[in-house]
Amino acid sequence: MTALLEVSRASKQYRGLAAVDDVSFTVEAGRVHGLIGPNGAGKTTLFNLISGLVPLDEGNILFEGRDIAPLPIHARAGLGIARTFQNIRIFEDMTVLETVAAGAHARLSAPFWHCLLGLPRSRAEERRVAAEALEALEFVGLADRAQTRAGDLAYGEQRRLEIARGLASRPRLLLLDEPAAGMNPHETADLACLLRRVCERGVTLLLVEHDMGFIMTLCCRLTVLNFGRRIACGTPQEVRTNPAVIEAYLGTKAAARLAARAGREEGWQ
Amino acid sequence: MPIWLDDFLWTYQTLIHSLGINGLLALSMYVVLAVGQLSLGQAAFMGLGAYTGALLSLHTGLPFALVLAGSAVVPVLAAAAVGLPTLRLTGVYLAIATIGLGEVLRVIYVNAEITGGALGLGGIPGRSATWIILLLLAGALGGVWLVGRSRFGRAMEAMRGDQTAAAVIGVNVPAYHLGALLASAALAGVAGALSAHSSTFISPDDYAFEAAVTILSFAILGGIGSPLGPVVGALVLTLLPELLRPLHDFRGVFNGLIIVLVVLFLPRGILPWPMTRLRKPL
Repeated sequence: MTALLEVSRASKQYRGLAAVDDVSFTVEAGRVHGLIGPNGAGKTTLFNLISGLVPLDEGNILFEGRDIAPLPIHARAGLGIARTFQNIRIFEDMTVLETVAAGAHARLSAPFWHCLLGLPRSRAEERRVAAEALEALEFVGLADRAQTRAGDLAYGEQRRLEIARGLASRPRLLLLDEPAAGMNPHETADLACLLRRVCERGVTLLLVEHDMGFIMTLCCRLTVLNFGRRIACGTPQEVRTNPAVIEAYLGTKAAARLAARAGREEGWQ
Repeated sequence: MPIWLDDFLWTYQTLIHSLGINGLLALSMYVVLAVGQLSLGQAAFMGLGAYTGALLSLHTGLPFALVLAGSAVVPVLAAAAVGLPTLRLTGVYLAIATIGLGEVLRVIYVNAEITGGALGLGGIPGRSATWIILLLLAGALGGVWLVGRSRFGRAMEAMRGDQTAAAVIGVNVPAYHLGALLASAALAGVAGALSAHSSTFISPDDYAFEAAVTILSFAILGGIGSPLGPVVGALVLTLLPELLRPLHDFRGVFNGLIIVLVVLFLPRGILPWPMTRLRKPL
């Protein structure tokens, strides 16, 4: 297994508050990797560091072996990194089809002069983009809403639109920030199914999520953050039984009680 | 040319020139608004173009095409000088920085000898033929329209919708901001030169804050869904005072009232419809 993304000793401070503190982890190609932790653990900050929305204070981030920390935000899309946002960020006034076509921006190459003069090359590229965008919409199940204004979509549809927009750039790595937030169990199950199909297409997924059932069924590796630090890393099974993780989620008292009960159970056996 | 058309053009020449020039200024405003920025430097760029064009015509024997090119280049250089350090500014902050540019230039025009001081420059040859103005307006509108319909226009619309999301999908936001400001300066500069060679007289006050607000109002009235909106806005705001002439002293009141009504009841302008780029392939 090769490492697609390698975050090493990444740190980010906000006025002395260590939002991300010396965090290292590796995302292997072709996997679904989960990033979990209580509120304020630094998960979204870590996403913002990887996608370049905020600059890294220390450490580095390697994508396919290349240090991407100094690159501006827009250059990362061209390398094959796409993301969605915790608070949906779509282009409300665009049609659904246009939104997905916009997602392909980094792949398009028609030169400015061709567009200014309306030359055939730019028009051919636009036709190709329209077809590809529609295909991405079919993939996420929004093809029948192609001409709808993006802002008029239902909440769950907007989440799927964001995924389609991310896929339009044909990314190697897709960062998903709480994709199941606000969804009912039925929608969450559909989403898990969709994400599995995305993964089968060869896209590596890194996702932040609070829905533990969702995380445990989907991810093959987890990284756990608390107060900006990495406290655990491993398979869902390993993480679930890790005392530090239980303590972070449930507090010291509950962790002690659980440990005591586990001890008693062992004693009975 | 039939005599009636000749008569018509002769009678309304000034008005037709203003229509074309204001149309170009409206496009110059649109280009900046299209990337989600607010610049109030259009009048300043127009003034730079006007003074550059007037001085070139008065002191050199350059053909009009080169005079116009020079009138585009000088404002572009000024826009680059203002734009590069202020790229990080958005919203009202960029607006204030560009108002500053206009004021600085006005003070220079008033005090410099070569620009004729507060009295301005007169005796500029009337080289702006009607066909040149209308051809340039058509060309600019066509160019802005085609770019707007392309992937570049889609990127601009994305930036207008959500700048962060646009950057994440690979739009080089600062480059678009600068590019739009430069294009806008070029358009305003050409419009300024055309207006100087149409009115044959220019003075520093023509390019002050009031002019900047008038240009902004073209875009607000017309709407910025497509480049056609601001041009129609300019058309209406240029024709309206003429059409309201019978109202004599109440002209200004009605002019203002119409603008207020449009802003209240058509907040997205007279032509709010966005450009359609992609149709669903069958």
